[in-house]
Amino acid sequence: MLDATAHEFARLPDAPGVGYKPQHFNEIVDDAGPVAWLEIHAENYMGDGGRPIAQLRHLAERFAFSVHGVGLSIGGEGPLDSEHLARLKRLVDWLDPASFSEHLAWSTHDSAFLNDLLPLPYTEASLARIAEHVDEVQEVVGRRMLLENPSSYLAFEESTMTETDFLREVARRTGCGLLLDVNNVFVSATNLGTDPVSYIDAFPVELVGEIHLGGHDDDEDDHGAPLLIDNHGSEVADPVWSLFDYTIRKSGPRPSLIEWDNDVPEWPVLKAEASRAARVLEAATA
Amino acid sequence: MTVDQTTFRKALLDPEAARPDGLSDGKGRSAGRRFDVYRNNVTVSLTEALEVGFPVIRKLVGQENFKLLASAYLRRHPPRSPLMMHFGADMPSFLADFEPTRQTSYLPDVARLELAIRESYHAADADPISPAELEALPPETLIGSRIRLASSLRLVRSPWPILSIWRFNVEEDAKSPEMAAEDVLVARPDLDPVPELLPPGGAEFINALLTGATFGDAMDKASEASRNFELPVVLTLLVEMKTLIEIGG
Repeated sequence: MLDATAHEFARLPDAPGVGYKPQHFNEIVDDAGPVAWLEIHAENYMGDGGRPIAQLRHLAERFAFSVHGVGLSIGGEGPLDSEHLARLKRLVDWLDPASFSEHLAWSTHDSAFLNDLLPLPYTEASLARIAEHVDEVQEVVGRRMLLENPSSYLAFEESTMTETDFLREVARRTGCGLLLDVNNVFVSATNLGTDPVSYIDAFPVELVGEIHLGGHDDDEDDHGAPLLIDNHGSEVADPVWSLFDYTIRKSGPRPSLIEWDNDVPEWPVLKAEASRAARVLEAATA
Repeated sequence: MTVDQTTFRKALLDPEAARPDGLSDGKGRSAGRRFDVYRNNVTVSLTEALEVGFPVIRKLVGQENFKLLASAYLRRHPPRSPLMMHFGADMPSFLADFEPTRQTSYLPDVARLELAIRESYHAADADPISPAELEALPPETLIGSRIRLASSLRLVRSPWPILSIWRFNVEEDAKSPEMAAEDVLVARPDLDPVPELLPPGGAEFINALLTGATFGDAMDKASEASRNFELPVVLTLLVEMKTLIEIGG
């Protein structure tokens, strides 16, 4: 376990952030509105140079950054990709972000990277493996990380514990913090027929270093039951805003991110979503 | 019933494969088509990565055909790295081999050009030599020097008019391509890669410099390859494209 007191991460501001998209560069520089920090997908900034790195260097002078990995495959059955871990360390070393996070999911198996966040069963065996992987990441990168709850479309019959117990135990064993994706909570609860509010009640909110908000899409399963798809392609849905409000009342203000990765809107639309998050955070402070 | 990741992965990439057992809807019923959300995510996200990487190939074969092509490609050559910026490196050989595209002989070279542009975009930055620095150098010193070129420089040679084809599909008012072999220099004078047509002997000259020949030897190679090689034209292009980084011994 990494010594949390020695490597305490510098926290992001308890204010809205957005997932950074290069098409918004000029507008963010001109008028960021309430947006106090930006999040990048680590893998998009692992090139050697050029425009992506130049933009990042420029923005890092004004904004706090969150590095959010989507490719480490922490939930993978195999060992972590040491080359990829080294790339991550290089990025974190030069950018020195306020936060670094990854997912409770896997994406690489037998050296094939599947470019999706795939689910895993919640068992003693997977818990031991993931705690080991989180330890390794924190050791190599040299700082505490946040681990994010997934969006689920199905459940594993072999699971023996709840997701909240699982995440709490990974955090206890490794000293990592948690990234609470409120949209994922709503999507998973709807899909698996559980109660999203009970999930938040069971979640160790004191370990939450960041919150995610994003849009989802509606589908249905073979039986006509609702099946929500976490696609980050639209505005945050109203019930997710309500759940966010409920969460913030419990946790107090937290760094809260609008994630919009597909059908990316014009900057004013994204800024308006960030403003809505700002109002919830301010209400909790008042 | 445990579901290991080998089973999960196989079923993800093979739409004909049975969905794994041991997965439920959380309410005691089999997961059924819920599994297909993951199947769909994998195929769609990797297809999109290829669409971003090969916009001209996509235009040339058409959107619907490209989806089929991408679907075959991502199964034959799944990414070996989480860096999507590198995904698609096998596209040229894939297009040369893939039944529906193998007759269209220029496609692999157009794909090589698109790969070169993408590699150039992400390559390391470097400060170029100024024209003044180059002019200040005595000719006999230059002749014996080796020149380090920018790592964002790429050379793509083809018996097909690949740059004309590329321009015709990217730029408005571009002329329609006429049959000709084309050698293309891809360089990054600022933050955006620019492809430029090389004059006769230009590719041999640059290739020689890339493989460590002296300036003089590179000139000889270029003159051997083409009687029409004109050093000033190629040198001006290389300077304007900010590709000359260091002059050494």
